[in-house]
Amino acid sequence: MRLGLDIGSTTIKCVVLDDDGHIVHKSYERHYSHIVEHATALLAQLEEKYGGTSFAAAISGSAGMGFAEACAVPFVQEVFATRVAARALAPEADVIIELGGEDAKILFLTGGVEVRMNGSCAGGTGAFIDQMATLLKITPTELNEKARQQDKIYTIASRCGVFAKTDVQPLLNQGARVEDVSASILYSVVNQTIAGLAQGRQMAGNVLYLGGPLTFMSELRAAFDKVLKLTGTLPDNSLYFVCLGAALYADEAFTLPQLRERLAGAQAAGAGFQHTAPLFKSQADYDAFTRRHQQASVPLGTLAGFAGRAHLGLDAGSTTVKTVLLSDDGQLLHTTYQPNSGNPVPLVRRALLDIYDAAPGITLASVTTTGYGELLCKEAFNADTSLVETMAHFGAARHFAPDVDFIIDIGGQDMKCFKIEDGAVSDIFLNEACSSGCGSFLQTFAEALGQDVKDFARLGLFGDAPVELGSRCTVFMNSSVKQAQKDGASIENISAGLALSVVKNALYKVIRAASPSALGRKVVVQGGTFYNDAVLRAFEVEMGMEVVRPSIAGLMGAFGAALYGRAHADAETPSTVLPKAELEALTHGVQTTNCGLCTNRCSLTINTFSGGRRYISGNRCERPITHKADDTSLNLYAWKLAQLESYKPAPGPRGRIGLPMVLNFYETLPFWHTFLTHLGFEVHVSPPSTRKLYFAGQGTIPSDTVCYPAKLAHGHIRALSERDDIPTIFYPCMSYNIDEGMGDNCFNCPVVAYYPEVIKASCAELEGKTFIYDYVGIHRKKDFPKKMQKILEKYYHNISLREVRAATDAAYAEYDAYLERIRQRGEEIIAQARAEGRQIVVLAGRPYHVDGEINHGIDRLITSLGAAVISEDCVSHHMQKAPTSVLNQWTYHARLYAAARYIANQPDMNLVQLVSFGCGLDAVTTDEVRETLHREGKLYTQIKIDEIANLGAVTIRLRSLFAALDNQQAAPAMPATGKEAEAV
Amino acid sequence: MSDRYAALAEGFVPDYPRFTPEMKKTHKILIPQMAPTHFYMIAEIFRQEGYTVEILENGGPEVAQEGLKYVHNDTCYPALLVIGQFIDALKSGQYDLDTTALIITQTGGGCRASNYIHLLRKALLKAGFPQVPVASLNFSGLEKDSGFKFTLPMIRKALAAVFYGDELMCLANQLRPYENTPGQTDALVRHWQDTLNARFAQGKAISKRDMKRAFGEIAADFAAIPVTMVPRVKVGVVGEIYVKYSPLGNSHLEDFLAAEGCEVNLPGLMGFIQYCIVNGSESIKLYGGSGMTKKLFEIAMDFTTTREKLMIEAIKQYPNLRAPGLFEHTVTLHEGFIGLGAKMGEGWLLTSEMVELVKSGFPNIVCAQPFGCLPNHVVGKGMIAKIRAVYPEANITPIDYDPSATRVNQENRIKLMLAVGKERLEGEATPQLQLQKEKTATRVAAG
Repeated sequence: MRLGLDIGSTTIKCVVLDDDGHIVHKSYERHYSHIVEHATALLAQLEEKYGGTSFAAAISGSAGMGFAEACAVPFVQEVFATRVAARALAPEADVIIELGGEDAKILFLTGGVEVRMNGSCAGGTGAFIDQMATLLKITPTELNEKARQQDKIYTIASRCGVFAKTDVQPLLNQGARVEDVSASILYSVVNQTIAGLAQGRQMAGNVLYLGGPLTFMSELRAAFDKVLKLTGTLPDNSLYFVCLGAALYADEAFTLPQLRERLAGAQAAGAGFQHTAPLFKSQADYDAFTRRHQQASVPLGTLAGFAGRAHLGLDAGSTTVKTVLLSDDGQLLHTTYQPNSGNPVPLVRRALLDIYDAAPGITLASVTTTGYGELLCKEAFNADTSLVETMAHFGAARHFAPDVDFIIDIGGQDMKCFKIEDGAVSDIFLNEACSSGCGSFLQTFAEALGQDVKDFARLGLFGDAPVELGSRCTVFMNSSVKQAQKDGASIENISAGLALSVVKNALYKVIRAASPSALGRKVVVQGGTFYNDAVLRAFEVEMGMEVVRPSIAGLMGAFGAALYGRAHADAETPSTVLPKAELEALTHGVQTTNCGLCTNRCSLTINTFSGGRRYISGNRCERPITHKADDTSLNLYAWKLAQLESYKPAPGPRGRIGLPMVLNFYETLPFWHTFLTHLGFEVHVSPPSTRKLYFAGQGTIPSDTVCYPAKLAHGHIRALSERDDIPTIFYPCMSYNIDEGMGDNCFNCPVVAYYPEVIKASCAELEGKTFIYDYVGIHRKKDFPKKMQKILEKYYHNISLREVRAATDAAYAEYDAYLERIRQRGEEIIAQARAEGRQIVVLAGRPYHVDGEINHGIDRLITSLGAAVISEDCVSHHMQKAPTSVLNQWTYHARLYAAARYIANQPDMNLVQLVSFGCGLDAVTTDEVRETLHREGKLYTQIKIDEIANLGAVTIRLRSLFAALDNQQAAPAMPATGKEAEAV
Repeated sequence: MSDRYAALAEGFVPDYPRFTPEMKKTHKILIPQMAPTHFYMIAEIFRQEGYTVEILENGGPEVAQEGLKYVHNDTCYPALLVIGQFIDALKSGQYDLDTTALIITQTGGGCRASNYIHLLRKALLKAGFPQVPVASLNFSGLEKDSGFKFTLPMIRKALAAVFYGDELMCLANQLRPYENTPGQTDALVRHWQDTLNARFAQGKAISKRDMKRAFGEIAADFAAIPVTMVPRVKVGVVGEIYVKYSPLGNSHLEDFLAAEGCEVNLPGLMGFIQYCIVNGSESIKLYGGSGMTKKLFEIAMDFTTTREKLMIEAIKQYPNLRAPGLFEHTVTLHEGFIGLGAKMGEGWLLTSEMVELVKSGFPNIVCAQPFGCLPNHVVGKGMIAKIRAVYPEANITPIDYDPSATRVNQENRIKLMLAVGKERLEGEATPQLQLQKEKTATRVAAG
């Protein structure tokens, strides 16, 4: 007899084989991280059936490793086990795709055996699908069913759950169909698997699908089939390959009682785990804490029969919809707090109707919307104003603590922190796509551990030894929690540990504060997550200070909106909000379409309401709404792109040469185009970046954690190599960039410098093309012609040094002229903006951030908000080289630092820094730029961008910036709002 | 200095305490641990020059936590760890803050590592240690105003120590897994470290002649360790230099591999130094520059190669010992994979080392890098497919290290690599059993 156990991240699987190789028993169940208990029960069950029979046994699976070690049973690595099983069960298979709870694996079995697992940063697996299903408020099974009825696919970032959430949530809030979102989620898993694991190898031939998600989800298999353009098979026992492999590979015999004993021993041993001090020492401690926090509350009024004027604040957040109804004299008449099941409209309608029903004589004096769905709700209900959520929260916090100097709001999905100086917001921190330790994070874990989120929080309060879990993303946290459980941590201590981890995430990742003094003296914490006393306490403990948590911590957005409405309402006119009758008759239609007005083909969601009101979302510009072409007169990014597009091929005797429009070429195209054209080449560049172009090349990306601008290169190379009329591709390696004399050196970043090497090593499609990727040094003007001639000589016999010299002179001249044109255009834009009294945003980043697929239209978003956009190289030349507190050795960074110093003295200019996810160098630059700006009292705004295409969060950020600027200007005249707070 | 005045006019000068020459007498210098075999001797060399030094051995999760607190969290793992280790030490109360200094290396390349010293200074300010000076250890002429001078005699001694460290590491790694008396190899390493330190104190073991003698003595002693050869999976380790060598950085990777029954091969530290020298002359070749400078690089290369040859010769005297390859050979192995111009981080050396390992019987390789390490996207992960295409036996697994990557996750991937390696070692295991078609297909309900 043989026994194989596969203990995965979420399930435990078992197979028993008889001596003839028949499967005589198999089981599959979720273990909810109670691995030892489940395994013990499983063995007891087997013992009933088989008694003291001896088994050749082995354990496999990602959670099985430590487990096997602890009970001294041989361990078989799971991918290897799959291979062993595949040899026996499916010898005809060429490729195996196996998705598990947290791992994705691909095995190439023919043409050179290769086995691969996802790296440590990769979601796209079962846990990811579960997480997404939770977000959609459906089960994974329902998700599969819904996906079958899709009629369009949205782009969802496929890197990890956290990223995808930022895409999915706004889609839901904007009214996208759950069916379409479900299917899009499955396609994102497919793309993740291919982008992360194919690494240049073709997935073709006989493809097998294994593992839970692929077994249970027909639509996931269909998505793989469609993307891979083949029909894969789901073999019998697709859930059991790993345990079959383990069973087949097993060579050590055990009896069941023996195994059970070892298991018990392993459990007793418990390896111990790192922990910190408990949150509360005693019940008395907790009671004092509770009393202290009860002080920050709002007087309550009664809604039933209320007949005066009232103000409604409506916060359509990412995971919840909240309303607050406030009487003219500041009493809290009514509140609602409801989970947002994708569409806030029916929830708000119900809330409004409830108010009308309870108080027929009420006069709604103002209705103010805020949150992710603020615009949708404003249109739907014809509300008076919409207010960017950051400002709503600030207003609310000030109500409780007029002298507040720091606000931290941790909601279900996002985290907002503001620093307040002189009565105005001086800095805004929002969590970036990769640091989402928020409420839904705790919820996900509570659920994974089989707990209600509230009970889970309560358990954490008195954990005697909170687990030290670190503070990275959810995917990592899963493994940390599992490890802690294995080491014997109780659920109480895990809960407390997670609370601490949420706090550390906020403090050290989002705010980057080292000490309490960095935050300020008066801190207000809010957001639903702070209802969790464990999180609140963890915050106080970690920072060593007492903070204010208002009784309505979870409703602060809505409360702030109501306060705003009350402050701005006209004493005579009532709100424009729909009256009861219209509300009852309200209809809401949702239609999705692709905008055809430009090549971006934005995916639009069109909401239509009775009364002819309409709300369109998903657009990156105003065209689909105004039907007017985008006004690019104040947008230097658009102008730059047009400049680069003006370098057209000119016929030449040396034939065609292709340049991939990636990375450095966004800076050096004028140089190389001129240089090569002068030498008689017909220079063609690859087509503009699109999502489609990216997907076409994603199979050859060797490192899934490299930045998106570099990943895009694979698509451009694919596009160029498909053109038979272009025999040669030119993409040189460049350690150094042009030396502008602004820094201590003129390096390119390692990725920009050497990406041609990766392209050469990974892109098989270059076969048959001449790929020129030699190392060139344009930083040494004098040496360049000689060196370049030597290089070109290798490929073309008749290129003389004289020719190269002439071409070089022309190239440097054109490059200088190009820079000069940018500066001039920049000056013009600045002048025009100043004449029109507009804010000027220096959208700072790298030259390749002008690529629309990389910046996702943020430039146009800024101009649509009424500001002008220029780039850092328009202003950096005004500055002399100056010391920085970091080593200033990259050409592009030197520009950034110079631009930051320049705008310090320009009251109408602000800097927004674009940072590509995975850009290691920006870990250095962002802090430096921030510090430079802060020294001069300027706001710093950083926007992290990746494949994420949805601009919802970015819009909030930018609107907050502009609101903060308005606020700053208005600050001295701001009336005190302290009175009521004192009365509380 | 004119830059400084220009900045003064703008009202801001980034300032920090300098390491002054007087501090040599008053201050204790803390050195972060990296390659334990080598640093034991290098620390002694500092002491012999009159410095008071201590190599930091503090580890544990607090180190990473301190790093996360004071350094941008997207900064690479080595910076987080090294800075965290310093701050953890300064907070421990074991050091008088007014007489403690720190030292950190600066490579001067186009990678983030050159900025560690600045990130460290920022972190010291934030953590409340503004008075602690940081000295830079570099050969690129950075930080000219520092009072810490790496003098020529020190450089000579340190270079010798690197050679000895490489020899000891190379020999210990190939004998330890097979030694008949557990612990014998490590005891011999310690014996030789102490012997060499004593010789350094007398100014010996530095000249070419002395080195030749010592290389021979070491090889003879190690060759005499009684061993029993059993088949073991041979694993090479390459990667970002800190994560490759430092047990703190790679979660004690070597110990893990040893426990899994492997023989480990860590290419030597001298290779990295020689790589830097080659880059110097290669840059001039590629982009132009002074012929004099190029000549200097060539002299440096000659200097190291002569000594390297002595070491290899010494080891080759014993057929049961495996000598490392000559760097002149390593330097050719990039061909067909990556250009010598790729000089940031570990650059082309990392690729060449992988090729060398595969060719010298270590086809199983852990490529260790900090999560998101920029050069390794190119020279590590970027080259693996190509190496596999040329050498199908190459069995390389890239492993990312960062503060929250769990050991389980890392070890699982290494175990996959080892399973493949083991299978190749033993020949594919044939299942003792043929699976039969199932009689009744039982479907299992979704979880």
